[in-house]
Amino acid sequence: MIQTPAKGSRSQAPRDRRPPDYALEPRLCLTSRSVRAIAAVALTAVLAAPVAGVGPVPSLRAAVAPQVLQAQKQRIETIRRIAPSVVAIFARGAAGGGSGVLVTPDGFALTNFHVVAAAGSFMKCGLNDGNLYDAVIVGVDPTGDVALIKLLGRDDFPCAELGDSDTVHVGDWVFALGNPFLLATDFQPTVTYGMVSGVHRYQYPAGTVLEYADCIQVDASINPGNSGGPLFDSRGLLIGINGRISTGKRGRVNSGVGYAISINQIKNFWDHLRSGRIVDHATLGATVRTQSDGTIIVDSILETSDAYRRGLRLGDEIVSFAQRPIRSVNQFKNILGIFPQGWKVPLVYRRDGRKHPIVVRLERLHKDSSFARRRRPVVPPHGRRPRRPSPDRPQPKSKPPDHSPQPDGQPRRLPFPIPRHPAKPPPIPEKYKHLYVEKDGFANFYFNQVEQDRLTQALRELGDFLQPAGPWRLSGQDGTGKRFELTVTNQAVGLEWGEEAFYLDGAASEVQDEPPASGGFLVAMSHWRQLLALGPKSFTECYYLGSEPLDATDVRVDVLVTLQGSIETHWYFRRDPDRLVGFDTWLAPHVDPCEVRFDRFQETDGRRWPEALRVRHGDSDFATFRVKEIKLGPK
Amino acid sequence: MRRSFVKPAFGLAALLLALLAAARAEAASLPETIAAVWPKVVKIYGAGGVGDLEPYSTGFFVTAEGHVATVWNHVLDAERVTVVLNDGRRFEARLTGAEPTLDLAILKLESDQGNFPHFDLEDFADVSPGTRVLAFSNMFGIAAGDEPVSVVHGVIAAKTPLAARRGVYQTTYRGQVYVIDAVTNNSGAGGGVVTTWDGRLVGMIGKELRNAQSNTWVNYAIPASELASMARQIITGQFESTASRRKEPRNPRRFDPLDFGIVLVPDVVLRTPAYVDAVLPGSPAAEAGLKPDDLIVFVNGELVQSCRALKNAFGWLEPGERLRLTIRRGNRLMEMELKAPPQ
Repeated sequence: MIQTPAKGSRSQAPRDRRPPDYALEPRLCLTSRSVRAIAAVALTAVLAAPVAGVGPVPSLRAAVAPQVLQAQKQRIETIRRIAPSVVAIFARGAAGGGSGVLVTPDGFALTNFHVVAAAGSFMKCGLNDGNLYDAVIVGVDPTGDVALIKLLGRDDFPCAELGDSDTVHVGDWVFALGNPFLLATDFQPTVTYGMVSGVHRYQYPAGTVLEYADCIQVDASINPGNSGGPLFDSRGLLIGINGRISTGKRGRVNSGVGYAISINQIKNFWDHLRSGRIVDHATLGATVRTQSDGTIIVDSILETSDAYRRGLRLGDEIVSFAQRPIRSVNQFKNILGIFPQGWKVPLVYRRDGRKHPIVVRLERLHKDSSFARRRRPVVPPHGRRPRRPSPDRPQPKSKPPDHSPQPDGQPRRLPFPIPRHPAKPPPIPEKYKHLYVEKDGFANFYFNQVEQDRLTQALRELGDFLQPAGPWRLSGQDGTGKRFELTVTNQAVGLEWGEEAFYLDGAASEVQDEPPASGGFLVAMSHWRQLLALGPKSFTECYYLGSEPLDATDVRVDVLVTLQGSIETHWYFRRDPDRLVGFDTWLAPHVDPCEVRFDRFQETDGRRWPEALRVRHGDSDFATFRVKEIKLGPK
Repeated sequence: MRRSFVKPAFGLAALLLALLAAARAEAASLPETIAAVWPKVVKIYGAGGVGDLEPYSTGFFVTAEGHVATVWNHVLDAERVTVVLNDGRRFEARLTGAEPTLDLAILKLESDQGNFPHFDLEDFADVSPGTRVLAFSNMFGIAAGDEPVSVVHGVIAAKTPLAARRGVYQTTYRGQVYVIDAVTNNSGAGGGVVTTWDGRLVGMIGKELRNAQSNTWVNYAIPASELASMARQIITGQFESTASRRKEPRNPRRFDPLDFGIVLVPDVVLRTPAYVDAVLPGSPAAEAGLKPDDLIVFVNGELVQSCRALKNAFGWLEPGERLRLTIRRGNRLMEMELKAPPQ
């Protein structure tokens, strides 16, 4: 059905284009139940006649109350405004498809993971301008069932405006737009209208992934093919991505229960998705359960977890998490589900009647091996064994079957991108081939390189740290007035601090926590010099992670990760302009890192140095080194 | 308030303004309506969990003392059930009484509190087709802990007897139902409420019912008007279940094929095909053109698979009713019409 463009990325839809208003309005009439309902109410009230067999349209219009017509007009206007951002996704070779929505003018569009899992690295996307565009995969979040793709060939795509899904209320009116049953062969999205039925819903993973946390439940019709399509509020702001339905005994179509991934969750994951990685979700390293009095307590906890190191123990009551009160296991899972792995989140627990506020760094949910080796994780068959529901956890997620749409190539279930006869996919356009780079652990390494290059450039702008190649000598006083001199060479690091002296030999095989209880400050300094002098690519491994709020504050920083042996460092860059503001260095997994933060900058000989290095480890400040003098020696 | 400032000369504008204000007020009050209904609706957990039988359903408070009306189904097949309120509070409840012909059961929470928000059984809305409604239920058990139940919107499509065509729906309820144009009757939704947009009780969502002929599911609610008096009787203890005295409606056997001059072949097996053995001369059947060896396939559009089914269908005919027969003669289907004689 879908023709490949002969040349270039833009081609006309295979069918004649109809004027957009003609194309949209009949759909509106057909799909908007409430328009009909309001009309029906007004008719019976005013004409006192059965709806069927009412006269011609003009008299009908006259009979409808003006505010009803006004509301209708507003809906039509809103739909006219939002429809151009809606993407009809077709897998190459017409092997299935789904829906999506453009969110940036340069073509970044959101959809479901299970749509792209079926579609592959390149796909064809239709917009309601009648054009078919090439698109490439960018990043995927299999657990959250989100994927980012990029439409190609324009930098002025129409795009949706993002809303705030935390302000959505039950009873709000919503529009779902998309490509149900892959009807949009003319690329005009189908519009369904409905009501928010529930907010902050939790839907168990279908299998091991595709968990819908903190999602929005709607009664607007969501059907196979709607997957990945946008959910708009009544003002036309994007509040979610539709992707899952509950069905029960009626077969795998709309039964008035659809779920949308909240846009606020996607905002948290946005930079992670842009990183081109296969993004993981988080765990606290602890599980919770409801007690008979309704409180939520820690049921089990890993001693290797950050939560444990911050003081959380078995039996502690969870009071709040990410500033939201916790009154059910679902609420706890809702919060875990909206944050990427590695984020620091405030948590308050109660023990012996006393509240303890802590900030916990979330751990990764899946092992590396779950995602690294296969770019398209296989969605396991029909979910897990049904569990007997209880008032605490009354959701037997396999019964009623809760259909998360399966990727193609699994013929046992009606897939939720609908399969077409798979044909040999047409070749990837030559001019876009460079936009896809395959690498383990990544959906598309190309986009990670783009971000690495951006941050590498930001490092270069700090000055030339490669020459001179001799030792750096940073001296000054710490916060208590004690003098220090820090010497960093390419091979070793030394610190004279008051009466004490510490030394790290770069050639030694064993990494050490020097000075003791710093978390490895000297190692961190050695890596800092390597980063500045030799660049991120000099490490064994380097990738762009995404972004996170620095130390659980409002400051969002980009995160670059380097690995050297067992030592992992996260480099934090503030934005506008990009500049390095600190880093965390882990000597080993499951220990607290040495945290270094920069305060202000001073310029010496064309190089920008931090005025102070604030060092933290675990729950305490280690030291603040105020740099008064910087000397760079020759080799 | 606002209108008092407007001069009569601007009456039309004032009316428009008032209408717009009313529209706005209504739109603004929808979440408020929902928030007001939520505390009156409860989640019920009991027996089930095997096969298609979900162990959860929905109910709603009908007294401040904690009487809950719900649908009479398998979930209540337990000595006690658990009732969870929208704020997460949890109570044990016992069955006070049930009326199977109304699919109605009343539970009582084991609690001394006397201030549960509830629907007033005296104050229900009797609505007509076209009315916009909200449906609240614990469908699919989505709402856990202190999560409020799901809300969907719809329009009353019809008020009609559900069992108009016998054998289509497996239910004992024989009264009127509201048919709704939205998917309201999902698993676990039974016992939920349908309300008007200002939160007045319209009816109780019935249990899941499949149309045996079309294999479709019906979305319906039992009107509060049908339930109110029985619910009151159960609560006040002046209740006698009809379950003991109720019998399947007996076939009145008003007519027999012979009344029309039709002699059927001897009824020898369980499903003897309804072949005509003979037609009495001068009878209505003879006049209509019925002949021996004709096979009667439909009576008034209902399939008759046996002599017994045919006799049963004739038994229900009303005096003077027109009788439409579809017969097979050789390879042809033929229609003929007779009239039942007056009593």
